[in-house]
Amino acid sequence: MSVVDQAENAAEFISDRTHEQHLDQLLWMLRTRRDEAASRVQEWEQLRDLASQIKEHTLSNLAHYLEMFESRAKANGVTVHWAQDAHEHNQIVYQLLSDRKADELIKSKSMLTEECDTRRFLEERGIRVTETDLGERIQQLDDQPPSHIVGPAWHKTTQDIANVFAKAYGSDKEKADPVYLAHVMRENTRPLIERARVGMTGANFAVAETGAIVTVTNEGNADLSGNVPELRICSVGLEKMIPRNEDLAVFIRLLTRSATGNSITQYTSHFRAPRQNGEMHIILVDNGRSSRLGMEKFWPSLKCIRCAACMNTCPVYRRSGGLSYGSTYMGPIGIIMMPTFDIRRYSELPFSSTLNGSCTNVCPVKINIHEQIYAWREVMEKKHQINLVKKSAMIVAGKVLSNPTLYRMAGDTMEASLKVLPRFAIYNQLNAWGRHRDIPQPAKETFHDWYKKHRSQATGQETNP
Amino acid sequence: MSFRDTILQNVRNNQPSSRELPAIPKFHSEQPVDLKKQFTAALKELYGEVVTEPPADFEEFLRKRYPHAKTICSAAPEYTGNRVPQDFTRWSDASIIDVTIVRSPLGVAETGSVLLSEEEFRVNTIGFLAHDIVILLDPAEIVENLHDAYGHPHFLDKAYSLLMSGPSGSADIGGITVHPAQGVMTLTVIFWPRAQSKTTQTV
Repeated sequence: MSVVDQAENAAEFISDRTHEQHLDQLLWMLRTRRDEAASRVQEWEQLRDLASQIKEHTLSNLAHYLEMFESRAKANGVTVHWAQDAHEHNQIVYQLLSDRKADELIKSKSMLTEECDTRRFLEERGIRVTETDLGERIQQLDDQPPSHIVGPAWHKTTQDIANVFAKAYGSDKEKADPVYLAHVMRENTRPLIERARVGMTGANFAVAETGAIVTVTNEGNADLSGNVPELRICSVGLEKMIPRNEDLAVFIRLLTRSATGNSITQYTSHFRAPRQNGEMHIILVDNGRSSRLGMEKFWPSLKCIRCAACMNTCPVYRRSGGLSYGSTYMGPIGIIMMPTFDIRRYSELPFSSTLNGSCTNVCPVKINIHEQIYAWREVMEKKHQINLVKKSAMIVAGKVLSNPTLYRMAGDTMEASLKVLPRFAIYNQLNAWGRHRDIPQPAKETFHDWYKKHRSQATGQETNP
Repeated sequence: MSFRDTILQNVRNNQPSSRELPAIPKFHSEQPVDLKKQFTAALKELYGEVVTEPPADFEEFLRKRYPHAKTICSAAPEYTGNRVPQDFTRWSDASIIDVTIVRSPLGVAETGSVLLSEEEFRVNTIGFLAHDIVILLDPAEIVENLHDAYGHPHFLDKAYSLLMSGPSGSADIGGITVHPAQGVMTLTVIFWPRAQSKTTQTV
């Protein structure tokens, strides 16, 4: 597959100002709410430390906890399957359905099943799959992948969604009202839930001590998918393990506050054993996780609890939309995860970052995201995965930035040029910065000139260059 | 070698050197906490409502609050509706319920959550497929935070445990929570001490 050009994909999203502003404002509101929620919890930083330590302990003893989880789950009456990759996972799900002659599946939102492309796999084999999460359903009806791991359709305006529902359900497209649209969703999805024989969920956490899987939703759709049908299938990435029941308190306190600023979601659900007269199957999925565990610089990305705080704070993500990353996981966390799936295809993603470090600052499990982004750039350079234009530009930048005289000369030339050059000469094809915004007015003097002047006045001495 | 063994072998080969598992404090507030007040405020943030005293006439309370309700399913000993959970042998049939009444054994002040499991629901779907839910909670059973809550034995021995913190909603359109979603439309918690159980009534 070809290399994903995030910048080019983003240009399409940015060309429509309405959507760019809508997403930016929505995500910044969530980021602000996250800050307020965190500030109300006195022990917030201590919780982040604990969460990071628990995850690092679990990942460094993962085989032990996987075996413990498996044995407890089996003792609870659950059937545990293991899948090395997406295909094996999908095959297990299909087998469970076909063994029971089921041709319909209701499911709640799961990034793992997106990663495995499970819906397409099943639909190609005649299974009708219904997403019961509102955002995920909107994306399914619009034949798009999720653009955000918490709000799959957040890049869409309410009018966009009214149009999607009007086409799919015949609702009134003039009524771009979230409450009306929520009713439309309920009326059309509830009958499918009520008649479902098989339900599927992902997992936010898997507790080794109890063999329980835990889901976190606002809609309760994991509870419906997991309780209404008699067969419940749960897909769980290996990295979702946590050792103890009490560890949940740390993660639940951090997760929703980091994601949306609420203290908790409406439904925090713990599935430990099959329902009465029912079956429960858990599929533990590797799909590259065990390899990533051995990557010295990159294994901490497995600590991620999918809150998306890093996306909400990222200036690149907020303005370019999640679909531009062309990948299951997007934004800062996607940038450091996706190259582990396909280094060639996602070789450009680590450059879609300003490296401002905000993602690391808000991460509830303290993943060093911006440092990993930088480390991936180094990997791409070493593995010759950087395109020639970018490489040439970086060589020139490297020379200029490492030489104070050259740097000042370049600055002076740029400043002088900006004052005299006509607009069309400044805003040309090579000026990526200026494509969507104005270049700042040149300052009257550089900081260096100012410093030289004032320092000289203060000390009466000439400063070193 | 089976898939399972291959995966576990890869994990063993690749996992980094072992890190310590930290102990988790309870993080109790140093100041006295008004648990009822905090619970009420937290639940309100997620659009749940608290009634602070058991209604003098529960029948009348239900009639006023849910004037169109015809099917009332009670799983709580304090009240007899016109349905019991066991009526719904096919769990999806619980969608005909207008109002479910259930007692929770635990509230969480920090988040406005109530704990429920198959022990309280009997048939779990009465908690989601009903139109509205009323949850009785003894205020003496409210704990300060989630660290306390996870000490409850339900999490160790129940097939299904739920921390329910408001009616089903969704913020998937524009990031602001709206109702309804797929579950209950409203959630009401009544502070109702176990000792003050009312005489059972039938609608």
